[in-house]
Amino acid sequence: MHTSRLATKCYHCGNEFQVNKHHSSDEKTFCCSGCKSVYELLNENNLCNYYELNEHPGQFIQKEIRKEKYAFLEDPKIQVQLIQFQNKNFTHLTFYIPQIHCSSCLFLLENIYKFDSGIISSYVNFERKEVFIQFNNEKTSLRNVVETLEKIGYEPHLSLKGFESSPQAYDKALLYKIGFAGFAFANIMIYSLADYFAVQDPIEAKLDLLFKYFSLILSIPVLLYSASDFFRSAANSLKQRYINIDVPIALALIITFSKSVYEISTQSGSGYLDSMAGIVFFMLLGRWMQSKTISSLSFDRNFRNFFPIAVNKLVDGKGVPTLISELQEKDIFQIHSQEIIPVDCILSKGIAKLDYSFVNGESDIHEASIGELIYAGARQTGSKIELITLKPLSQNYLNNLWNNPRYNKKENSGFQILFDKIALYFTIGVLLLGFGSFAYFYFQGEYQLMWNALTTVLIVACPCALLLSQTYTYGHILNLFQKNKFFIRNAEVISALSEIKHIVFDKTGTITEIGNSSVKYFGRKLKPQEMENIYSILSNSMHPASQNVLSYLNQKEAKFIEHFKETLGSGIEAWIDDQHYKMGSVQFVGTQSQTDIMGTKIVVAIDQEIVGEFVIETPYKKGIKALFQKLTKQFKLSILTGDNDRERDNLKKLVSEETELKFYQSPEQKMNYIQQLQEQKSVPVMMVGDGLNDAGALLQSHVGVAVMNQANSFTPSSDAIIASDSLDKLDSLIQLSAKSKSIINYTFIISAIYNLTGLYYAIQGTLSPVIAAILMPISSISIIGISYFWSRYSAKILGLKIN
Amino acid sequence: MSVIIILLCVSFLISLGFLFSFFWSVKDGQYDDSVSPANKILFDTKNIKNVKK
Repeated sequence: MHTSRLATKCYHCGNEFQVNKHHSSDEKTFCCSGCKSVYELLNENNLCNYYELNEHPGQFIQKEIRKEKYAFLEDPKIQVQLIQFQNKNFTHLTFYIPQIHCSSCLFLLENIYKFDSGIISSYVNFERKEVFIQFNNEKTSLRNVVETLEKIGYEPHLSLKGFESSPQAYDKALLYKIGFAGFAFANIMIYSLADYFAVQDPIEAKLDLLFKYFSLILSIPVLLYSASDFFRSAANSLKQRYINIDVPIALALIITFSKSVYEISTQSGSGYLDSMAGIVFFMLLGRWMQSKTISSLSFDRNFRNFFPIAVNKLVDGKGVPTLISELQEKDIFQIHSQEIIPVDCILSKGIAKLDYSFVNGESDIHEASIGELIYAGARQTGSKIELITLKPLSQNYLNNLWNNPRYNKKENSGFQILFDKIALYFTIGVLLLGFGSFAYFYFQGEYQLMWNALTTVLIVACPCALLLSQTYTYGHILNLFQKNKFFIRNAEVISALSEIKHIVFDKTGTITEIGNSSVKYFGRKLKPQEMENIYSILSNSMHPASQNVLSYLNQKEAKFIEHFKETLGSGIEAWIDDQHYKMGSVQFVGTQSQTDIMGTKIVVAIDQEIVGEFVIETPYKKGIKALFQKLTKQFKLSILTGDNDRERDNLKKLVSEETELKFYQSPEQKMNYIQQLQEQKSVPVMMVGDGLNDAGALLQSHVGVAVMNQANSFTPSSDAIIASDSLDKLDSLIQLSAKSKSIINYTFIISAIYNLTGLYYAIQGTLSPVIAAILMPISSISIIGISYFWSRYSAKILGLKIN
Repeated sequence: MSVIIILLCVSFLISLGFLFSFFWSVKDGQYDDSVSPANKILFDTKNIKNVKK
């Protein structure tokens, strides 16, 4: 029962495997024939550079490639849905290939023409994980191209138009606006510098005026084009009768501009156009940073993304590739190993071993018999089966669940409103201050100073600093999150994260590894006779743990047993061949466990003698226990699972006593549980889940975090996606988001000090343009710098990756 | 004085040139993918050698 320690790494994919089972070629070792064949294929085509660029760059080739898998791609109806452009000779299309992860991938995919002479060119967009391919219709076909990609381990994710919401594209218009604002800022600054330091000379006065008018002309498009988003957003918020941060910004911009126009046209001053262009530039830059979320991940997924595009429909005994949306009632179709069943149907032929974990969170494989109803979303883990459609795609169980209106509801989570509230108080404060000083000078009788004071207060106390500190800090934190493989939908999620009080976890796939639990035996060697007896006894037990041991023992036949007694949930006793067998939990047999492996244990005693124990190991993810220990200090935790309660005792060891554990939860119940927490305790709830069964709960929660088990796996719709191996950092990530609040506050205070200095002069009506021009960039740049170094420092202290 | 005006116009035109080259690069999709171009440059040369074999 001992596994060999002699393990080596596969040259292709880097997986560890045992030496005695290796496949080799050219003195290189591979874990499987799939990896080896990819190597040989690359070698043949002189593409072994692939292995020089990065160590073990390949993808593990798990499955045999089925010959007819992509036969459906020959159907023109399906082709039309995938192809972007086609004429007589050429076809253009883009594939989404989630496996792209390093420069080797890039190298191989751009050299794909060497495998298939029909491919004219391929161009990789690394950030979006896409390949754009042009091929010649006469020399190759769509099916061939896809098969070539699959052969080298880069199976594209095919999805039909309209089903896939494409990942967010970045906003090119924002880049143009930033570019123009920067251009105007630099030019106006140069003209203004000349103005600030010019000696008062009557000859140069004309030149000075020319500079000012030039600045004025340049600043008009800054205001009307670059800053247009601020005005639009401000107008929108006023229409909805509330004040957001853009309202005071728009006000400040208008006043700055009109005052500058007034000063320049009356030649009473130089205006603040340089400051205005500068602040617009920095604010736009901050928004750009904040909006830079990862482009290769899609946060809005429909469950149809998880389904195959087409299946083989049987017509007169022959398989015809058919779109799943065209499957009609009573159609017979085939499903192969590892494929997902797209419609509710009835098994008509073959052995169905179904994995429902994605749909309802059950971790056990369900074996369906012929004639049994099978729900859409199950994954067939056995071999090929034939099924009869019961309901077309549009009417299946998952579809109905999905179209539940509650699934589409997403309330504004309230954090943006909080920020807007600050903006409101800020605006009121500034207006009060401005009109206060206005009134003061009015009663003093200083009418000239009066107007001056009002406008400069509004200009200097511009809420831009507030906006800058927020956008830059969020931008930096977003970047740090991404380095730790935690991807969020948008920057608002950061502040929502910092509010979280209660965290709800799903079990299957989220805190446990996906896949069958493995059974191990510890103890003295069992005689064949004893194995048979144990098998026979356990086959009478209904407990799921017994089923696992049964499949482990793998005996042919079960003997009939006359005398046995099962105590539900604890164990079974029986007399067989004049021997007394007692099997069950540690307490039931009355002993102590000899192993410290986590999992369900079945201890075996024959005639009162402890023989050994079977351990059904639960594959909890690494670091889960430590994570729970850290999280319980700050948050309330709950674990919901659609699975049975076999793991109750093990879970209890992982979490504290207050943690609520709920088993046998349907997707609906999970969603209701979150809703209850929100309504009864009115606490912000975070849901961490992975499967479709969590989709409702993920949407209902304040922050839904989907766990991504493999680089290329698909996650349900959520606010954030976390890589499975980063899950143990979840507590640090939440703390970093909480830290962002204080970073924003302090950077704001620091920049406010600059502004107050300016304000001191402004209220007296003596703020010179030079001081304004110096204060503005210093304040902006110090905000950017402080938030950058501070957020990195915080992340480092929390033990997160910063590079 | 006229020297400065010429200077002003020339410097403005030059900066305008940079602005348009920036617009051009955005439109051309230079900011679509910031990872692959740096890598593509590296393995292109080796590739040609392989072809010549």
